[in-house]
Amino acid sequence: MEITSVGDSALIVRVRDRFEDAPEETLKEVLNLLRRLEDAQVPGIIELAPAYTTVAVFFDPVRVINSAGEPDRVMESLRQKIHEALARGKRKQSKQAAAPAIEIPVCYDPEFALDLDHVADHAGISPNEVVALHSRAHYLVNCLGFTPGFPYLTGLPKKLTTPRRATPRKEILAGSVAIGGTQTGIYPQVSPGGWNVIGRTPLRLFDVQKDPPVLLRLGNRVRFRAITREEFEALKS
Amino acid sequence: MSLIVARAGFQTTIQDLGRIGFRQFGVSSGGALDLHALRIANLLAGNDESAAGLEFTQGNIRFRFGDERVISWCGGDYDVCVGSRSIPLGHSALVLGEDELSVSGPRQGWRGWLAVSGGIVVPPVLGSRSTDLRANFGGLDGRTLRDGDELLLGKQSDFARSLIDLLNERRVSSWSSPAEWSSTAKTKPILRIVRGCDWDRFNASMHHALTSETFSVSPDSDRMGVRLNGPELHRNDDADLVSEAVAPGTVQVPPGGRPILLLGDCQTIGGYPRIAHVITIDLSIAAQLRPGDTVRFQEISLPEGHRLLFEREQELERFRIGLSLRKK
Repeated sequence: MEITSVGDSALIVRVRDRFEDAPEETLKEVLNLLRRLEDAQVPGIIELAPAYTTVAVFFDPVRVINSAGEPDRVMESLRQKIHEALARGKRKQSKQAAAPAIEIPVCYDPEFALDLDHVADHAGISPNEVVALHSRAHYLVNCLGFTPGFPYLTGLPKKLTTPRRATPRKEILAGSVAIGGTQTGIYPQVSPGGWNVIGRTPLRLFDVQKDPPVLLRLGNRVRFRAITREEFEALKS
Repeated sequence: MSLIVARAGFQTTIQDLGRIGFRQFGVSSGGALDLHALRIANLLAGNDESAAGLEFTQGNIRFRFGDERVISWCGGDYDVCVGSRSIPLGHSALVLGEDELSVSGPRQGWRGWLAVSGGIVVPPVLGSRSTDLRANFGGLDGRTLRDGDELLLGKQSDFARSLIDLLNERRVSSWSSPAEWSSTAKTKPILRIVRGCDWDRFNASMHHALTSETFSVSPDSDRMGVRLNGPELHRNDDADLVSEAVAPGTVQVPPGGRPILLLGDCQTIGGYPRIAHVITIDLSIAAQLRPGDTVRFQEISLPEGHRLLFEREQELERFRIGLSLRKK
């Protein structure tokens, strides 16, 4: 485990260097670290933000100094507090079964699936096979970011790995389901983007009126279900 | 009562101190790009530091007031006037109902922050009144202000009331904030940096280029970041980096080699190497960088950065106390 500063008001605790070879274990370690840091209630820490292999810790240096007493020892003080938090007895693992996968309906209709043919060509299979592979796999949310609520999903069948587009699109519509490299994801709002769009979900991934504002959270299991255009319209309304 | 936006200008938004706690969902912290300036303006307007104010970018702006308010502003080198009366930055000033406040300029710098006693009242979204222009929520319908918008103002504090009494005759205060807090546009700005998480992915000549050469601000800069032209910075390695946290102040280097200095509306994570981070107190200067400006970077140690921030916070505390004694 590594602790690195990110400027004067944040640091990163890194559990591993990479996640691709073991997304599930990495996620478990990140979530475990996150829980421990939450439980530790370190004075001056104002926000925790996990991503793939790290938990970012945002802090108010002034409050850390006030609690540690010395302006020159902010990082040392935080490092020590973080190590203490991790050394504390293991949190009781709840024995409940893993939460069921969240099902995301996706319409792979050509109108939505701008790059389905490209992904199919790249994989050397038919568009229907791409849809079958994509909607049959089991996914895991390993990160949220890029735009509010954008889930980065691991678990994409190897065959569907497709490099990002050389030139990103200026506008990708909300709900677009796309493939970027070895991951798949969903654009929660209209935004520019370089991933290959293969379908669209009628669900809202980000809604500020909801608590939490995101449909998918870090650690959620996800499956896609192919729907028809009619189902898409019905679910949308 | 309310404030009418008679002329909205290029990019005027409602901002407060930003969103805390939602980075885990990919939501930017946002808020005023110079949080310290907004805090100062709020204090001088008799507000809580976290009240929502207005951030403007370039002048040609007019606001009309519905009733008596204390106002204060900080930022670039603008002319702010009520009629023919000039309102210098970092002061408290009284405006009356029907008064029109005009903002023109700037001669230097790019942004300014205006606080009005009572604060701008819009529903908080995810704990903040800040406008998130990228995801289009917060502020006024998640957008920049337009001509004719009417903004609701909150109830004025007792302190603001007493400031109104004090300012009744002269309209503009004799007191002011330290000039370096309110006037943040610099002729040849130098931003102090600490080493970034990926500093070691760059060799000594790249470090030298970053800390000794001059960069110029590209026109495609915005609230997300300042894009810089100048010497290209290239990494030693070409490993694919796992996306990790970035923060306002992070200087990241995309493959082209042109660094980007991230500001308040930046993404929460990024996969570009972070060569350096501008220290928090110098983000006030970074927020004034306008396309065409030049900027240089100077390395300091992390403890030094913390000490500077701590000292400023202590000065701010003294300023708060001094200001609170201004009662009739």
